[in-house]
Amino acid sequence: MTGALTLDPVHQAYLLEARQMQALSFAVHIPLVCFGIAFPAMVLRAEWLWMRTGDEIYRVLAMRWTKVMVALFACGVVTGTILSFEMGLLWPGFMSTFGAVFGLGFALEGFSFFVEAIFIGIYVYGWNRLSARAHFASGIPIVLAGLTGSLFVLSVNSWMNDPTGFDVRDGRVTGVHPITALFGNGHLAFELVHMYLAGFIVTGFLVAAAYAVGHLRGRWGRYERIALTIPLTVAALASPVQLLVGDWAAREVAKTQPTKLAALEGVGHTQRGAPLHLLGWYQDGDVKVGIPVPKGLSLLAFHDPNAEVQGLAAVPAADRPPVNVTRIAFQLMVSIGTFLAALGAWYLYARTRRKSVPSGRLFYRLLVVAGPASVVALIGGWVTTEVGRQPWVVYHVMRTTDAVTAAHGIPIGYATLAAFYACLVAAVAWILRRLARAPMATAAEPERALGGG
Amino acid sequence: MLGLHLYTLPIFFVVQGVALYAILAGADFGAGIWQLLAGRGERGGRIRDHAHRSMAPVWEANHVWLIFVLVVLWTGYPVAFASMASTLAVALTAAGLGIVLRGVAYALRSVSASAAEVRAVDTLTAVGSLVAPFALAAAAGGIASQRVPVGNARGDLWSSWLNPTSITAGVLALLSSAYLAAVYLAADARREGDAEMEATFRLRALIAGSLAGVAAIAGALVVRSDARRIFDRLFETPAVLSVAVSVLAGAATLALVARRRLDAARVSAAVAVAALVGGWALAQNPVLLPGLTVREAAAPHDVLVLLVVAILAGGLILFPSLGLLFRLTLRGSFTAPPRIERGAPLPGPTSGLAATLTATRLAGASFVVGAAFLFIGDGGWPHAIGVVALGAFIVLGLSALAGEDARE
Repeated sequence: MTGALTLDPVHQAYLLEARQMQALSFAVHIPLVCFGIAFPAMVLRAEWLWMRTGDEIYRVLAMRWTKVMVALFACGVVTGTILSFEMGLLWPGFMSTFGAVFGLGFALEGFSFFVEAIFIGIYVYGWNRLSARAHFASGIPIVLAGLTGSLFVLSVNSWMNDPTGFDVRDGRVTGVHPITALFGNGHLAFELVHMYLAGFIVTGFLVAAAYAVGHLRGRWGRYERIALTIPLTVAALASPVQLLVGDWAAREVAKTQPTKLAALEGVGHTQRGAPLHLLGWYQDGDVKVGIPVPKGLSLLAFHDPNAEVQGLAAVPAADRPPVNVTRIAFQLMVSIGTFLAALGAWYLYARTRRKSVPSGRLFYRLLVVAGPASVVALIGGWVTTEVGRQPWVVYHVMRTTDAVTAAHGIPIGYATLAAFYACLVAAVAWILRRLARAPMATAAEPERALGGG
Repeated sequence: MLGLHLYTLPIFFVVQGVALYAILAGADFGAGIWQLLAGRGERGGRIRDHAHRSMAPVWEANHVWLIFVLVVLWTGYPVAFASMASTLAVALTAAGLGIVLRGVAYALRSVSASAAEVRAVDTLTAVGSLVAPFALAAAAGGIASQRVPVGNARGDLWSSWLNPTSITAGVLALLSSAYLAAVYLAADARREGDAEMEATFRLRALIAGSLAGVAAIAGALVVRSDARRIFDRLFETPAVLSVAVSVLAGAATLALVARRRLDAARVSAAVAVAALVGGWALAQNPVLLPGLTVREAAAPHDVLVLLVVAILAGGLILFPSLGLLFRLTLRGSFTAPPRIERGAPLPGPTSGLAATLTATRLAGASFVVGAAFLFIGDGGWPHAIGVVALGAFIVLGLSALAGEDARE
């Protein structure tokens, strides 16, 4: 058995296009993943309230949300398939060298995906056909598979950022320990917690934003109020926690990926007591026009105002990531995350102290912004970790240039996919609009709530 | 012969995955093909509805077999996977886009209001259902005819999947998908007591089955001149046994359909397709790609052990779940008339004001503790405690705010 057999590196003129194609596929897929992680739990929450109270309003809500869930899940399934194809289509060098090291993570994720797909079929088509308890129970594996699926996919990504569980001898991979690689790397814990929370934050704020739009237009009955509070309560609780988890993630990155940290903060030269810069852009080894916070970076990243922060210049230019893309994505994520946490705190304060959801229009206007903004933060976070890892696909082990395919025609594939995905996004928008405008079904006309199956 | 070595186990699972994908997702693609050929008018609409209803609860689960095949292949035989995917890039892109079309069409169908909209959406499904199985089978034909060399995109991007063997495989895949779908749909119609649809799809099953048989014979002649090695191997033991099973099961299916033994036909049709996949695998064994045997392509020993353990353990969860889904589907549970259960209030702990206050305070305390451990703590344990405490904050917060969801 020659597991160390690898493909020869090649020259690919369109590496950037290949990376962009991967990024596009990812950016379309990841918001759908958030709904896969978090939305089933919210639907089940509504169904549970129906079972507890017998109040029809909860059943109507759960059934309407089920339609949204199944439409988004279908789109998530197919966009996820594109991603798994692209692993081999775009990055055969990466797959042939390291498939044996990290592949197990995806094999396990495959089973999570199976469970998700099977039980979503049962849950969706079992409405009003299975007993209430059996139906509710059929939703629980979907929620659990969302968690295990995140665990297994992120085990691979965290390994790419903090590779371990193998040796490289004479350019060949030996001594492969997949369990150590996937579950023993230092990035899995914070990446998993960060992403899992993001799933609830993005889903929560997006769903709440939809009802906030309705509120601003005068649609504000008991139904809308319930439909807003279920997702918003989760998102409001998760968003302050996310700030702490993000800070934890940044401190770990500072330890294990100093070059990425330098790119996030635009640190050109290694220095003690490094300042933190808000806004501005990176040019010639420094942040221009930004607002400096003296010693801020050393304090935040190392909890020591005089800690030494390694600069980009510490590594050769060929080993540095694109600084501005990484830094702007990072600043977007952090600033939006802070905004979401503040909005969440406002909501929690109103709910606990004033015993009511906030009443002013300002809060709902901000909620409308918070929905799409949370998606920007989500994608910004992934740009931060993925672009910030460049030029490596496996950090300090394999360069992205050695991973890419030798095939011609990447721009054609990229353009075709972009056209398809533009249509997909338009279709999703149209579907959600149709579902939002569908008349409320009552108990007497259950079929309408599922569109006749 | 297929020796039982550790390094052959993952490919054994891959072949099973391909066979299951062909007989399950293949039928879903076939249902899409019948939607294209449904014709206009009210009857055409009923045919398309029947095809949609039958596949709707199961297509996602069936689709996952493709993902299973990919992940086991790239974990167990990484170099072979990378060589295949890079050379067959165009075919796989086409298949992927066909799958995207199907997924989006499925999502669109639930909100399509007018007959014209439904028809347009079904056309989308049909296009995806033609492209995806053709492209995937054509890619398999490229592998079978040794047109996928080891290396990063070393083979031709076009002739690797647009060649006589590939086109034969693609056509055969379309016909066998249509055949499977017609058999399943006829059986479903019978269960639902829909005599018109039963007759419609029985006829289609007989036509598609006969065409698939003719195509298989014609295809064999094409493969004989195009890919002699795989042709010869198909007619040696052990592959020939599998091919014979396929032929017999295919013929038996036609007889069963003609005699309205549709549930038995369901099984024999699936056996026919699975045995064909098995025959190809046995003929191909032990060579995965030109100059690369299964043994040479296999990942290191420890990886294979873990992979096989993971698959077996996953199977323990997967097969009971799949069994439940198919039992419910085949019993007609998802097509039965809905019955609304009155939501009966369950006795539960009534969260009084005192309990809510406690939960709020506990949530606040958890947040402070969690924040302190996560922010100040250094190393695994303090961070784990921090994460658990912050998780408790979210859970307690949810319970504290739960009672007021419906406050007027």
